[in-house]
Amino acid sequence: MNNQALFNFLLRIGDTNLILAQRLSEWTGHGPFLEEDLALTNIALDLFGTSRSVLEYAAKIEEKGRTEDDLAFLRGEREFVNPLICELPNGDYAFTIARQCIVDAFQLHFYSELVKSKDETIAGISAKAIKETKYHFRHSASWMERFGNGTEESHERLQNALNFIWAYTEDVFATDAGYNELIKTGIVPEMAAIKSAWEKSMNEVLAKSSVSKPENVFMQKGSLKGIHTEQFGYLLTEMQYMQRAFPGAKW
Amino acid sequence: MSENTDSQGTLWEIFVQKKAGQPFVHCGSLHAFDKEMALQNARDLYTRRGEGTAIWAVPASAIVASSPEDMGPFFDTTNDKVYRHPTFYQIPEGIKYI
Repeated sequence: MNNQALFNFLLRIGDTNLILAQRLSEWTGHGPFLEEDLALTNIALDLFGTSRSVLEYAAKIEEKGRTEDDLAFLRGEREFVNPLICELPNGDYAFTIARQCIVDAFQLHFYSELVKSKDETIAGISAKAIKETKYHFRHSASWMERFGNGTEESHERLQNALNFIWAYTEDVFATDAGYNELIKTGIVPEMAAIKSAWEKSMNEVLAKSSVSKPENVFMQKGSLKGIHTEQFGYLLTEMQYMQRAFPGAKW
Repeated sequence: MSENTDSQGTLWEIFVQKKAGQPFVHCGSLHAFDKEMALQNARDLYTRRGEGTAIWAVPASAIVASSPEDMGPFFDTTNDKVYRHPTFYQIPEGIKYI
């Protein structure tokens, strides 16, 4: 088995969950109202949990004696391979929800296929993640409908969010040569089928929310090569502060 | 649907059923702006750690409640008539949820 390809793939999944969770947790104590604050931070916790399982497995596969904490807190910007959409700053609540819905729909379809992986650990992690993701998607999709069909202002904010964010959707489905190797061994699914399932789900949500899908958008790419948006450095600085300031700190 | 009284949304009372067949038990209240949100918030607040298998969310305004002044006429009147209480029956062993 190609360990490097598997390791890279696990980093991709681990980073997707880790970085999005870090962004969501910035809402802690700042949610629009108490119950929603709890809902969003609960989702962040779910994502952190998945990230931890995946990075733990990645560290094991790598066989260099690193732990999941080393991977999360001691890698630099260019070593992170999360899709760019995960690191985009929260913006207003409509933006946070639009970003979340796009990722939730992707993860829902992705894990639904990944659960059939020939790698038992990956299949097991996916089986757990599916349950959580179903709820995440239900949460974000219902907020999309509320914003889209709410007031003129909420509709406009959601549409503006989508118009900005759509450029980052293609990058979510990016694959490389290593990924294609893993397809052949039955460890990961074909991305094309997941993309079309995702498109179908998004079309449904957008229609129900009375907002339109941005067309002819220039697509941002680069996450698989560790090329990030400007704001990513600030996110890492905050997330990694403790381990950088007090190396090896434990509690 | 009851009217919103503040920016937090309507108050809902949440009832959770532990297992199928058991009664729904009141476990608390929360704020939400619509039915779906009430259910989702209830799930996040009250059933995230396997506390239940079903949820009822009821707008608090839909509940008709007795007031403290009703205490006497509603509840005290039966206390002095022992024959109204089923205390003379043996409850067979193995009967649950009573």
